Amino acid sequence: MSVTASSDLNVGVPAINWQSDDMKSRRKRRYAADRRLQAYGLVAIIFALGFLAILISSLVYTGNSAFTQSVATIEIDLSTADIDRTKLADADWRGVVRGALRAQLPGLSRSDERKYFEMFTSSGQFIVRDAVVADPSRLDGKSTFVIPLADPFDQLAKGQVNRDTPESQRRVTDQQIGMFDQLVGKGIISRPFNWALFFNADSRFPELAGLAGAISGSFWSLLVCFVISFPVGIAAAIYLEEFAPKNKLTDLIEVNINNLAAVPSVVFGLLGLAVFLGWFGMPRSAPIVGGLVLSLMTLPTLIIVTRVSLKSVPSSIREAALGVGASKHEAIFHHILPLAMPTIMTGAIISLARALGESAPLLLIGMNAFITSPPDGVFEASTALPTQIFMWADSPERGFVARTSAAILVLLGFLVLMNGIAIFLRQRFERRW
Amino acid sequence: MKKLLGSCALVAIMMATAGVAVARDQIKVTGSSTVFPYSQAAAEEYANKTGKPAPVVESVGTGGGFKAFCGGVGEDFADITGASRAIKESEVKLCADNGVTDITEALIGYDGLSIAVSRGNAAEWSLTEEQIFKALASELPDGKGGFVANPNQMWSDIDPALPATKIVAFGPPPTSGTRDAFVELVMHDGCKGLPGMADLKKADEKKWTEVCSRMRQDGPFVEAGENDNLIVQRLEADANSVGIFGYSFLYENSDKLKDVKINGVAATPETIADGSYPVARPLFFYVKNAHRDVIPGMKEFLEEYMSDAALGPDGYMAERGLTPLAPEKLQEAQKAVLEGKKFGS
Repeated sequence: MSVTASSDLNVGVPAINWQSDDMKSRRKRRYAADRRLQAYGLVAIIFALGFLAILISSLVYTGNSAFTQSVATIEIDLSTADIDRTKLADADWRGVVRGALRAQLPGLSRSDERKYFEMFTSSGQFIVRDAVVADPSRLDGKSTFVIPLADPFDQLAKGQVNRDTPESQRRVTDQQIGMFDQLVGKGIISRPFNWALFFNADSRFPELAGLAGAISGSFWSLLVCFVISFPVGIAAAIYLEEFAPKNKLTDLIEVNINNLAAVPSVVFGLLGLAVFLGWFGMPRSAPIVGGLVLSLMTLPTLIIVTRVSLKSVPSSIREAALGVGASKHEAIFHHILPLAMPTIMTGAIISLARALGESAPLLLIGMNAFITSPPDGVFEASTALPTQIFMWADSPERGFVARTSAAILVLLGFLVLMNGIAIFLRQRFERRW
Repeated sequence: MKKLLGSCALVAIMMATAGVAVARDQIKVTGSSTVFPYSQAAAEEYANKTGKPAPVVESVGTGGGFKAFCGGVGEDFADITGASRAIKESEVKLCADNGVTDITEALIGYDGLSIAVSRGNAAEWSLTEEQIFKALASELPDGKGGFVANPNQMWSDIDPALPATKIVAFGPPPTSGTRDAFVELVMHDGCKGLPGMADLKKADEKKWTEVCSRMRQDGPFVEAGENDNLIVQRLEADANSVGIFGYSFLYENSDKLKDVKINGVAATPETIADGSYPVARPLFFYVKNAHRDVIPGMKEFLEEYMSDAALGPDGYMAERGLTPLAPEKLQEAQKAVLEGKKFGS
């Protein structure tokens, strides 16, 4: 039947024998081409995923050790120490800490003692001082303090120092390794999770260095960036989409916005250096300038995203609103913008994520400074996550190698989080027509 | 939605007014990337000890530092700049033109440049400056008054006693102060002794400087970027290559790298301090005296920076790789800085 049916349709065309060898081999070739295309795609994906896996695993491999920190937990009896309670900050904390450390390994000669004290972070006195100032009740009896080990001994505890290399070729002497093993034997050395990585500001000592300054600097910059680019971007997009006449001028504006979105970020950094720092005299290294520069960078993308999402709201909604007597601004603010908002928010979060990972413009405006306290506001000098990574990568101390990778992982974590929020918003609130 | 936008704007305004109300209470330090780690150390100690706002320390290079420092007097300009060489005439003039006439020079110590190879390399390395020049210069004198492109590909081409391995040297790019120092301290010295160069220097100093300064670009010398850690990693990967970087990187990585002796002298804190190691340079910082009584904490910060605990032979800067000054020189420097001795007087 089917043969007659097809010959009915193709009047005048000789009937094709689909079962002939010629047709069979053609069919086979076409199926093979399909399978090949599929295989190319699969190989491409495996290739891309492979690189991602190499990147992440190398970061985890080098960075995982920075998520723990070797510390000595030491009990100090402050009730017997000679401390003037009215001037806590000025007491001899160095003596207090050294005395407590001395009690762990008594009977060392002076030169041996020097070697012994080298094992602990040189800022131990400030850690104890700050803990006591924060909680003066610690003065009344015994309390325990956690003193991080200095970087070379942290490396030793993490097994990154080969004990078999000759003594002259490592930062820790045989004698110090002996003292370290004694302390381990006494059970006062442990390796808890390195919260300092998140709650300390930068330091020149790897064992104390953390990302608090960089994270809050990035937060303030992104806040400024959002506060500026979000309303401006939406206003510009609404005007271009809803009010602007179609003429040469608006075409020119549109082309330029698209071009601006493709301008390398370092150019915006140079612009910020010349305009915000040069003409307006804004403070160097401050998150406000970083945020302004980043908002210049995200604005074009945000305008484009907002326009697309306004456009995707069906015109029937706009027309119905206008039809029942709503004015133009009522139609926009009551109907179109709320419907477009999930997409706009998704776009905004993704552009902010891009701004978070941006380092070039921030380097130019001096956000790669060394500052040992996190900023309290947008006018105080600070670093940002990518610039902090940049600085740590350049530090000679061994501990910063692992910390650089750890900082990259933290940055990647924030990016994944932001993109996750964007995906959630899209899945949860986006309307499709 | 309106509420969200409104509160964002409110927050922004509150922050803006809060920030403007306070003038600058942080000390600003800029300048050389070589002095940067030492300024970092002083800044951290100062902030820890006094509890005052932490100084902002930036690393922009010696030249860039002077540009920022000499820009003028006032809150917008840096208070202190680090330098891996003494201030130049032109920079003194730039400062003076912008009203920065009263500055104090502080010599803080010495920095050694080191050449190193991986510990995986079996040979005992010792090079003379002339051999280094012959290995890394772009052109060599041909002995007849002219120049030929550097023909040396193997170390043994220069001297049969050297290892028969390919010349591969990782070094800093031209923007780096380390590169300037290397060219000046090693290449120029190595160049001097070659036949005909003394005459050329007398006849045409510009040509001499050009020939003696230019590093080869045909492969054996690799510009490895400003990141010295990267050079360390590459040396580990290729045991036959040598690397050029600041002494602090050799010191921190002494388990992975070994020193290449220059003119028979190994880089150690002792040889750098007594001047017998040929590739060492003085490090300075410069203070703007007009800011001393205006920016809070300047006096304490300078006291911290110049203290024996910082710059002394057992100080925390020596721990970071700075080669300390001799005791008399240190006292002289401390006195100059604390009294605000005017530069040039």
